[in-house]
Amino acid sequence: MVRTYFLLAWTWTRAAAAYRASFILMLVFGLATGAMDVAAILVVFANTDALAGFTREEVLFLYGTASLAFTVCDTFVSNLDRISQHIKAGTLDTFLIRPVPAWIQIAADRFVPTRIGRVVQAVAVLAYAVAALGLDWRRAWMIPVMIVTGIVIFAALWTLAGALQFALTDAPEVANSFTYGTYQLNQYPLSIYARDLVRGITYALPLAFVNWQPGLYVLGRDDPFGTPGFMRFLGPAAALVLALAAAAAWRQGIRHYRSTGS
Amino acid sequence: MIELLQAGRSFKVKRTVVHAVRDLSFSVPAGEFVGYLGPNGAGKSTTIKMLCGILTPTSGSVRVAGLDPSRRRTTLARRIGVVFGQRTTLWWDLPLQDSFELIRHLYKVDRGTFRARLTELTETLDLGAFLRTPVRQLSLGQRMRGDLAAALLHAPDILVLDEPTIGLDVVSKASIRAFLQRQNAERGTTVLLTTHDLGDIERLCRRIMLIDHGRLTFDGTLAELMATAPEQTTIEDVVTRLYTGGQ
Amino acid sequence: MFGILRAYVLIALWQARPGLAGYDVTDAVTYCFVTQAFIGPMMLFGGGLPLPERIRSGDIALDLVRPASLQLWTLAEDLGRAAYLFLVRGIPPLLLGAVLFGVTAPTSPTRWAGVLAGLLIGVLISFGWRYLVALSVCWLADDRGVAVLSLVLTTFFSGMMLPLHLFPGLLGELVRALPWASMVQAPADLYLGKAPVGQTLALQAFWAATLFALGLLATRLVRHKVVIQGG
Repeated sequence: MVRTYFLLAWTWTRAAAAYRASFILMLVFGLATGAMDVAAILVVFANTDALAGFTREEVLFLYGTASLAFTVCDTFVSNLDRISQHIKAGTLDTFLIRPVPAWIQIAADRFVPTRIGRVVQAVAVLAYAVAALGLDWRRAWMIPVMIVTGIVIFAALWTLAGALQFALTDAPEVANSFTYGTYQLNQYPLSIYARDLVRGITYALPLAFVNWQPGLYVLGRDDPFGTPGFMRFLGPAAALVLALAAAAAWRQGIRHYRSTGS
Repeated sequence: MIELLQAGRSFKVKRTVVHAVRDLSFSVPAGEFVGYLGPNGAGKSTTIKMLCGILTPTSGSVRVAGLDPSRRRTTLARRIGVVFGQRTTLWWDLPLQDSFELIRHLYKVDRGTFRARLTELTETLDLGAFLRTPVRQLSLGQRMRGDLAAALLHAPDILVLDEPTIGLDVVSKASIRAFLQRQNAERGTTVLLTTHDLGDIERLCRRIMLIDHGRLTFDGTLAELMATAPEQTTIEDVVTRLYTGGQ
Repeated sequence: MFGILRAYVLIALWQARPGLAGYDVTDAVTYCFVTQAFIGPMMLFGGGLPLPERIRSGDIALDLVRPASLQLWTLAEDLGRAAYLFLVRGIPPLLLGAVLFGVTAPTSPTRWAGVLAGLLIGVLISFGWRYLVALSVCWLADDRGVAVLSLVLTTFFSGMMLPLHLFPGLLGELVRALPWASMVQAPADLYLGKAPVGQTLALQAFWAATLFALGLLATRLVRHKVVIQGG
């Protein structure tokens, strides 16, 4: 299955590479939004040394981890949120006659290799933050764990966004607020938000495990909202639960399509 | 090869229930070349979608190559080839041969078999001139030939075609018909062809099925079809009679 | 609702530095939702003009041959769209912000007049800029670079993401003098009562006029290229 994905992605990459000048330009342009987000953090910290009790490097660390997870998913599975276009154009039928799960085909469709530039950008920010923070190396193992957890969560969110489009074919933007909204949310420490909001994204929809809970562990800090220490390690469990829910929603969406033939 | 037993498919449109296909039963043995006729909205596309697994039947059963398309979609996909006349199954922005390469990988065809098959198909369908052209730049006739090749690259047992000659010029139609005939005769591929072009029916189909308002109204040979309205002399008139008679 | 997320960031910042840039927390929150309301009418994420499409398809030649000014009737269409979007997409976020956080509003009628004038000129400036960007498609083979540049200018450097008063030192002063600041930051400050009405409107009017003049020039060049040369 993974092989199939990369085969499809590689074909799109070859097609894109044919236009070399455009390739490089696309790489550069893709960095613009990320650059603006980082610039925003820098501007905020030009005016203060601490935001909700967190320093600039700590915020850049949180941003970097969320960004890395998000950009990896943006590169590999973000085309899932274009499924309403496929439904409207009838191209979903074309995917359904192939001996490959529809999810993989839709995720790989129109793979844009230049999005990798954003991943590199995220790595750069994260690397800077980690270097500047002088973290406790015994806690550093959590960093790759939280990145992977973040990737699973974002992939699940994109799958949910796609599944939602089976029902809301005419309002795809609603689904997108799941993914982009979560990313925006997690760029800053969750301590800036209202308690109820944070509670919602910890227990109802586990978005707080993208970078906040595990990040607190890495940074060696207590949760300003007072959640107990063991919650720092629940990331993988939360991601798994969300992934299962997303898979079920997706299957339901496909089933719905195959029984109504919109 | 294809077995439908009282298959039904209904849709809820606003507040009424529309039966696109109702109580449909037929059996197509391996190697047969069947023409599937019917007025617009009769249920032809719905039947095709049920055979491919794109649509699940609301009643009755459908079996293709012994498999239930709604449950074993991916397994069945390896044994069936589909051509949609109205849209392509190829990758729109990529060169034709890239589509073929992708199909080779998706259907897990080994390289040697694939190369032989592609050479054969390129020759018989005359694809050589535009193998490197992006699909979106192809003419309708070229694209249709590409779609046919794509549907047959993995040597399926069954070929399902939904209006493959629509919009094509006389020469293109003739070459595609000849090609389909050869596939059926030489390789024993079972073919189910839906079409509005009665020329296709006349030249290719040993067996003809007619569907109207979701029900099968005729199932037999061309001779038997003509016999239903002996006073009519052309196949167009016979079929018109059957369409309008079935009100 | 990205306005809500931005509001929280600004609240946290103003809690760390109360009275920053002469705003208080409520001012900062109001700023978020006021600028959110501007997104629709000013098309801050780009677009809103039929021009790029018409240039690509060649239909622009038909437009240029007509006696009416291309710039003026494109502007007329844009103003209509802006008015509609202001009502439909502009007012709701403001109300939402008011309900969730509590916002301030101008108290005197003269201030309201200033705000409306500032908003109108802001829309004109945004049109002027987008018009130039749209026409640039005539000369550029690939318009994506300009699109990205424009996005950065109209979102980041207009003050939509963060109030420009936060930009430190010389950079801040430079940015506030640019046309994009006059698009968003200026009317927002007028709303909050943080900017002198006369001076602000004057700077806005200057930029609107400049962009308009450049637009006239560009139209003439395009007409020359398309109609006379057949480009």
